[in-house]
Amino acid sequence: MADGGIGAAITRKEDRRFLAGRGTYTDDINRPGQVYAAIVRSPHAHARVKSVDVSQALAFPGAVAAFTGADMAADGVGGLPCGWGITQIDGSPMAEPPHPVLQAERVRHVGDPIAVVLAETRNGARDAAEKVAVEYEVLDPVIDTARADADGAPRVHDEARNNICFDWQIGDAGPVDAAFAKADKVATLNLINTRMATCAMEPRAAVAEYESGTGHYTLYTSSQNPHVIRLLLGAFVLNIPEHKLRVVSPDVGGGFGSKIFHYAEEAIVTWAAAKVGRPVKWTAERAESFVSDAQGRDHVSKAELAMDGDGRFLALRVSTHANLGAYLSSFAPLVPTYLYATLLAGQYATPAIHATVRAVFTNTVPVDALRGAGRPEATYLIERLVDEAASVAGLDPAEIRRRNLVPPDAFPYQTPVALAYDSGNYAETLDAALKDGDYAGFETRRADAKARGKLRGIGLAAYIEACGAAPSAIAGQLGARAGLYESAEVRFHPTGTVTVFTGSQSQGQGHETTFAQLITERLGVPVENVEVIHGDTDRIPFGMGTYGSRSLAVGGSAIARATDKIVAKGKKIAAHILEASEDDIEFSAGTFSVAGTDRTLSIGEVAGAAYVPHNYPLDELEPGLDESAFYDPANFTFPAGCQLCEVEIDPETGTVEVVDFTAIDDFGRIVNPMIVDGQVHGGIAHGIGQALFENCVYDGASGQLLTGSLNDYCMPRADNLPSFRTDTRETLCPHNPLGVKGCGEAGTIGGAAAVMNAVADALKPLGIGHIDMPASPYHVWQAIHQSRNKTA
Amino acid sequence: MTVSFSMTVNGKPVKGECEDRTLLVQYLREHMGLTGTHVGCDTTQCGCCTVHIDGIPMKSCTMLAVSADGCEVTTIEGLAKDGQLHPMQDAFRENHGLQCGFCTPGMVMSAIGIVDRHRGEKLDEKTVRHELEGNICRCTGYHNIVKAVLAASEVMNKA
Ligand code: FES
Ligand code: FES
Repeated sequence: MADGGIGAAITRKEDRRFLAGRGTYTDDINRPGQVYAAIVRSPHAHARVKSVDVSQALAFPGAVAAFTGADMAADGVGGLPCGWGITQIDGSPMAEPPHPVLQAERVRHVGDPIAVVLAETRNGARDAAEKVAVEYEVLDPVIDTARADADGAPRVHDEARNNICFDWQIGDAGPVDAAFAKADKVATLNLINTRMATCAMEPRAAVAEYESGTGHYTLYTSSQNPHVIRLLLGAFVLNIPEHKLRVVSPDVGGGFGSKIFHYAEEAIVTWAAAKVGRPVKWTAERAESFVSDAQGRDHVSKAELAMDGDGRFLALRVSTHANLGAYLSSFAPLVPTYLYATLLAGQYATPAIHATVRAVFTNTVPVDALRGAGRPEATYLIERLVDEAASVAGLDPAEIRRRNLVPPDAFPYQTPVALAYDSGNYAETLDAALKDGDYAGFETRRADAKARGKLRGIGLAAYIEACGAAPSAIAGQLGARAGLYESAEVRFHPTGTVTVFTGSQSQGQGHETTFAQLITERLGVPVENVEVIHGDTDRIPFGMGTYGSRSLAVGGSAIARATDKIVAKGKKIAAHILEASEDDIEFSAGTFSVAGTDRTLSIGEVAGAAYVPHNYPLDELEPGLDESAFYDPANFTFPAGCQLCEVEIDPETGTVEVVDFTAIDDFGRIVNPMIVDGQVHGGIAHGIGQALFENCVYDGASGQLLTGSLNDYCMPRADNLPSFRTDTRETLCPHNPLGVKGCGEAGTIGGAAAVMNAVADALKPLGIGHIDMPASPYHVWQAIHQSRNKTA
Repeated sequence: MTVSFSMTVNGKPVKGECEDRTLLVQYLREHMGLTGTHVGCDTTQCGCCTVHIDGIPMKSCTMLAVSADGCEVTTIEGLAKDGQLHPMQDAFRENHGLQCGFCTPGMVMSAIGIVDRHRGEKLDEKTVRHELEGNICRCTGYHNIVKAVLAASEVMNKA
């Protein structure tokens, strides 16, 4: 290991500025002469817009301009595009209704934008926006995921009959039906995967400016993928050629999926900046975030597992209703299909699987990827079902898992639902979790809790995820409307320091450190001499951004490829200067040497020679030492692991306390263990959050979001969580140059399932079956009391 | 209506003038350019905006700028002395107590308050978790923040 290279838990380069209050988030950016935008949003879940009158707003002191959907339409502004198309079971394309930036005719969820008001001050813009008069004809909304497709339900879009966006399936129904017909035992579960609000702590913000002299636009936006925003905004919405549009995402205060998507406000400020000839700034208030950031999950499923007499899984059958909300967010169709149902094999060698997914529109905020995106939904379903199966089969939950795991010698393992797992050792992570979490000693702790009047439960979650999306050609066949590679440029400067330009986009993951460590490892340049640049379409060659735990596996691999090119060119330069044959040049730890001699040249000296080419093979080699690479992955990566959670429930109050949590993960090779640990901690907290606290609740009659503030939407806080016990095991990813798999979502993917299995285990002695998330005091107390009333 | 007031911000006297309804956090960020103090919510829940008013952590989104009249305000920018990070800032770095950094300034300001309230005591995890309850972090799961606060309290208690 090079000093500070791969495997070193060094502290982060970015922390000094964050800790000193010197980060630059989008709302910290101010442009000379800027005006502030306030968005007028629908207070109704479903209504016809009869008229919009901005005259009073314009008359407000300090108001600069006000625009409506009609103004945008008159300028030929397009709708917000969807980046993934699904082909339905019958071969027809999904319903893809238009998604205007500002609504002129109909509003489809509380928070749907109608108009924008610009004013000299932030407060002034808000005040003036209140003066916009909108006349509505209120319509009945449709909210409920499972009943959105009922005959007679209000229709969200004329283009989607029965509110169905698509009916889709994966796997083969024939063998599944046959297996169920001969099964000894069947476990069945109906479950709801609740809707979550992402709640990155930095609310979204956007600042745009237009230079009329050059026709150049610049948009600063809090995004996980500025190049993707440039493409969607430029090519589909505003018709701005890409070379005239710069998108910058400076420091991003958390994303977790919600900052992948292209949002109306980005188009509004960019378009309005040219309209008024002044920079335009918009920052979401938290209340706006709740009704304008895409939300996550929201599935209603039925799952059945067929087993033989020994509890071996024969077949899995799943049907899911997935709520997409009011419009198709940028990648919404992908989440409940290829990121969900393809993971339904879990870690198990179930020979036959069939899943159907019906995706529906409702009058709620659009749903898209949220940390884990489809994989937490799959893991929750499988892992709850496997616990149910253990009950049905009369087996211990750990034992039934062990019996069904894909064995370590089966890789590559082709699942019945499209994916080919590349590597892993699931028994190893299961055993480690059981050992580290003292599974064997649990009954003593349960008895001890009982003596204290508490119900204690233990729960496992063995998860797998598919990360590092994806081979572009395969993604294209499945409906992706973009490629999924990553780009990198490694630029040596004449004095030997290095700037790395990456298309990955940190929202807190620590790329500035991890990627610098790759350079240290591969080129021998100390971490402090490496600067990592991201988040600016004018500086980075290209980028697909950061989501799906892809930064290291795809972005890091692109950097690795670029370093290979640096070494290859460096060898040529060194051969010339050292007067040796290129074949005799070796490179290690930053030094080129002639094999078997003591003649050496540092990479810094080679860089110097490349930029001051006085003694240089100019007839065959260009000066400079600056290489770029695009890396398109050969397969997904498959991080996997096992989590073990213990809870204690106070039967008097229904309060669930997570008292112990163990996570053993296989992320492949680990570059910075400190950062990886941190990612796991945050992920687990997110999973516990969904299991116990968080839930977007809409009023069924009015469609109002009842949990529309941090007062009402319960985020996990420090005193709701324990410290976590984490460790890793390593099987290397065989198909990327670094052997890495990705770690950003694992904690969340297994977390909710582990907690809910523990809750179910704690309540089992009371005869309580499955309860849905969140296991809030109220829900748990209700379940306890219903069971007491039953037995009384 | 315009109001005027005077206060000390990070050791420097400031004569302020702004619209009466201007929040302290708005004043710091938009009038003074001290953008290290963040706004994460509109209901006094997240703590991203925490600063010290006369040495006590307060949510600057929940007080008017004018109510800081006559007060000493310290923001995250004012913690480091002569380029040396405050022990709490150091501890966050050493213990990886931050990821995206957005909650961090508020966390650090609140955390210093915790140690101050328990000067000379040996802090425990439970107390730290309980007293950090007014600050939300989405990234870290709090594990390393708690570790950082405990580590910093050792250093600060020695000083
Ligand atoms: S900004 Fe959230 S508490 Fe002040
Ligand atoms: S570090 Fe991102 S919210 Fe705390």
